Amino acid sequence: MVITAPFNTALRAAAMLLFVVVIAACSRTPNAMPTGVGNLGPGGGAPGSQQEFLVSVGDRVFFETDSSSLTSEAMATLDKQAAWLNQYQNYRIMVEGHADERGTREYNIALGARRGSVVVNYLVSKGVNSQRITTQSFGKERPVAICNDISCWSQNRRAVTVVQ
Amino acid sequence: MTLITRRNALKLGLAGGALLAGTSLSLAQLRVVVEGANFQPLPIAIPDFASADPAFGKEIADIVRNNLRRSGLFLPLDPASLPIQVGDVNNTPDFNIWRTANVDALVMGGVERGGTISSSVRVWDTQQAAQVVGKSYNTDPNSSRRVAHIISDAIYESLAGGTGYFDTRVIYTAESGPKANRVRRLAIMDQDGANVQYLTDGTTMALTPRFSPNGDMVVYMNFAEGNPQVYLLQLSTGRQQRLANVGAMTFAPRFSPDGGTVVFSVEQGGATNIYSVGTSGGTPSQLTSGAAIDTGPSFSPDGSRIVFESDRGGSPQIYMMGSGGGNAQRISFGQGSYSTPVWSPKGDLIAFTRQSGGQFNIGIMNPDGSGERMLYSSFHAEGPTWAPNGRVIMFFQDPGGNDGPKLMSVDIWGRNLLTIPTESYASDPAWSGLRG
Repeated sequence: MVITAPFNTALRAAAMLLFVVVIAACSRTPNAMPTGVGNLGPGGGAPGSQQEFLVSVGDRVFFETDSSSLTSEAMATLDKQAAWLNQYQNYRIMVEGHADERGTREYNIALGARRGSVVVNYLVSKGVNSQRITTQSFGKERPVAICNDISCWSQNRRAVTVVQ
Repeated sequence: MTLITRRNALKLGLAGGALLAGTSLSLAQLRVVVEGANFQPLPIAIPDFASADPAFGKEIADIVRNNLRRSGLFLPLDPASLPIQVGDVNNTPDFNIWRTANVDALVMGGVERGGTISSSVRVWDTQQAAQVVGKSYNTDPNSSRRVAHIISDAIYESLAGGTGYFDTRVIYTAESGPKANRVRRLAIMDQDGANVQYLTDGTTMALTPRFSPNGDMVVYMNFAEGNPQVYLLQLSTGRQQRLANVGAMTFAPRFSPDGGTVVFSVEQGGATNIYSVGTSGGTPSQLTSGAAIDTGPSFSPDGSRIVFESDRGGSPQIYMMGSGGGNAQRISFGQGSYSTPVWSPKGDLIAFTRQSGGQFNIGIMNPDGSGERMLYSSFHAEGPTWAPNGRVIMFFQDPGGNDGPKLMSVDIWGRNLLTIPTESYASDPAWSGLRG
């Protein structure tokens, strides 16, 4: 474990970078992303830095269609988020809830809020002080991936933990 | 703007009414039968309106012809093909000329622009040699398009029954820029796309505007404070304020039929419930409870009931409850999910968005959930709104990708699909009532 953990972290960082490339290839406007992982440079960032949170911890979790249940992968990411946030107490976080475009506007505003709430509850259950957390729902209004297929929609069904 | 209202409109008595001897005003047979599989739009002759300014007379007639054509119920004949090119509202037409030209329905109009715009119109049934309707209007000199719309409504009502819907406006969300960072602001226009005005500047996102019954107040979703909150905006003054301070997020507002109440959604801790509050303030009343998403509330026209969407049973479906809340009954039972229910101003139908089989549909059903019919289907379409006569539905359609949405309309018989021209992408249309 001691040996494999850094390896996994490095793998995850590589996966995140790959993910960014995929988004850029998919979106016609890769520079217009208002939230998320748009400004990643190489490397994991200094310990306790926002860069480290983005690259080594992972700032977002994904949801199934019309679901706000946490997948096992999402819980693993949130476990790491909680551990990191508990280690670096100086940060506040904003949890953004998002929906994909395959729903109506008002319902998706509510769905984004429900996803954000599920993430907040999980982080709080792992010891993160709720006073540090704010939430906002964007519904389907701020997609990161723009195209007409399932691979894009799955990237837009997300909750993003923004370290502030 | 001062305007002689439609209530003050005068029915024209015909000068020289003796010309009508032997004919009857009340027995005119001319009528568009709006329903049925064999529907055919009614051909109608509308010469340019008589005017000291012939270009103005043509402009007004063009607006009227365009309105009637876009209704799908009328087929305005090519003005150049008519036996008489300019209308005469003061004399009885020579019906034989029009019968020979196979014209059953004839509109004769005149318009003059001075300190006010004065316009008169008569609709004739050439077969019966009878006047169907005659009206005259005086309007503000800056309201030339409105006078054309009011005349269009008079023609429509006289031949198609019910009320018209041309002297109306549409408020909507104007969208611009790339999809991932799109600017969304409120805009208002006439129902035909003319006279666009932008109401918010786009620095904060604004969504789902809805008119009050008298058309002067708007409720909408404003993101200025981070999470969306419902705001009340008065169009005549530009004044606006937050509607209520309740929950983490408020959205999906809609006025009651008397304009005194707004029903809306409140989110707290991931649960979304429906509340109502008076437009002049007070403590919001909670109408639904539980952990589900309850949203999209819409009053019945008599104010006694509220239709809304809820995912309390799994997928979003349509429910009905009394306007005081409680005892909600599910009314939609088809495959897929249902959302954005909107009650017709006539009370007879509920329009909705249905997602099924990877498609979005705009449909209608009876208030008990029976008689469901799909009017439009595409990759993405949502958000129906009713014309005040309950015969036409506007909604928005989105092709997906980085393209944006546009406004479309279809009638309740599934006919006459139109795109409403807008200078930007457009979504969330809300149709006003007839302007007073």
